[in-house]
Amino acid sequence: MSESQTLEHEHDHDRPWFLGHHWENPQQQFEAGKLGMWLFLATEVLLFGGLFVGYSVWRGNHPELFQFGSKYLNTAMGATNTAVLICSSLTMAWAVTAAQQNKQKLLKLMLTLTLAGAVTFLVIKYFEYTHKFDEGIYPGISYYQQPGETSHYWDDSTAAFAKTTWTMPVANVAPDLTMPMSEMSTVAAAATGPAGFNAGAFVTAEGGVAPIHAPTPDDATHDAAGEHADVDQPTHHLQDPLRPRNAHMFFNIYFMMTGLHGIHVLIGIFLIGWLLYRANKGHFSDTYFTPIDLGGLYWHVVDLIWIFLFPLFYLI
Amino acid sequence: MTDRTPTETEHAEHAGHHEVGHVVSIKYLTATCAALLVLTILTVAASQFDFTKYGLPEMNIVVALAIAVIKASLVCLFFMHLFWDRPINAYIIIVALAFVGVFIGFAMTDTFEYRADQQQYERVELKGGDSKDVQAKLLELQPP
Repeated sequence: MSESQTLEHEHDHDRPWFLGHHWENPQQQFEAGKLGMWLFLATEVLLFGGLFVGYSVWRGNHPELFQFGSKYLNTAMGATNTAVLICSSLTMAWAVTAAQQNKQKLLKLMLTLTLAGAVTFLVIKYFEYTHKFDEGIYPGISYYQQPGETSHYWDDSTAAFAKTTWTMPVANVAPDLTMPMSEMSTVAAAATGPAGFNAGAFVTAEGGVAPIHAPTPDDATHDAAGEHADVDQPTHHLQDPLRPRNAHMFFNIYFMMTGLHGIHVLIGIFLIGWLLYRANKGHFSDTYFTPIDLGGLYWHVVDLIWIFLFPLFYLI
Repeated sequence: MTDRTPTETEHAEHAGHHEVGHVVSIKYLTATCAALLVLTILTVAASQFDFTKYGLPEMNIVVALAIAVIKASLVCLFFMHLFWDRPINAYIIIVALAFVGVFIGFAMTDTFEYRADQQQYERVELKGGDSKDVQAKLLELQPP
């Protein structure tokens, strides 16, 4: 910094230290930087745009998965995170104004608050994700019908619903995840399965994944009494009697979109941390605040994307 | 600007002062934040409302997206200074959003063509036991 400063001053004592030699004046430098930042933000919009296309097509084809899955996301946590991001957007915009007015202490305070908001968001997201992991909800093929679970399927030959129970072929043997699904459906069962499981064969093509959450005795009594877990507030998506086929697809796209957004929040934390570091060194002033302004634009886009993700996943 | 206290000599050396950027007053920023928080509460409340009673099953999606668009516009205009900026910046982002719209529109052109097949597919399998909920759902899914 001081080297370029010296160089600049050798050429022209009127030039401020931050002004690149190829710029006429600070205004031109600032406007060009801002234009470049908006071009980058446009690519961000297009990056997330692809995922929003996926969401739209998926939802258009299988609205029941989204209506089902959104019940299992914690709206209170999502709404809290929305408020956290909005408030951190406010403090970021406030930091820009503080820099423009050369209020150094206020600038540092606002950047610190923004950083705190970003960290709070990720902490809440961590609790949401780990709660989902505890329930056996992961991105990918992690949850399908479990052993002993009864399915109703439409039998075209009889034009009626038939019942089937998925059973493990051999007790305590981990299923072969590399087996093609087409083969799974034809695997013959051992004569007797583990206690409580009906003898039989793989009857669903999706079977073959280790049990994640075995039915508890409590569920069994509920079933026997003809009443299942409260449908409005189910505790576990696998125990929900109204779980539609391929419910995991909802969680797949949920993890994908909120995950990419979470990575952006993480990058934002490093970015705001770097701005705070430079603010502490006194680099910014009413004449030079471009990094604060552009970092702020990035942070607002992170907020913008969450503004759409929140209703799309948690509310509708 | 009046309480300017340059800590580094470089700042004081700056001559030929040009207006750089637009200083947005805290009033605008806090008002925007308040509006965003109110809209967040509104969208959560609206999602609890059952529009199907009024024959508008898709209304929850429309309301949620409309509120999200209003919130996004507030962030862009005031937090991101587009209201005061040169129009070129707004133009860039509007073009990007328009192309995302084209992308979504084209990808979804045939989405609803297969609704009957999808309903058949849903009908193929319903997990769960013999509970009343499942029996009711099966009845509902019974082909006409």
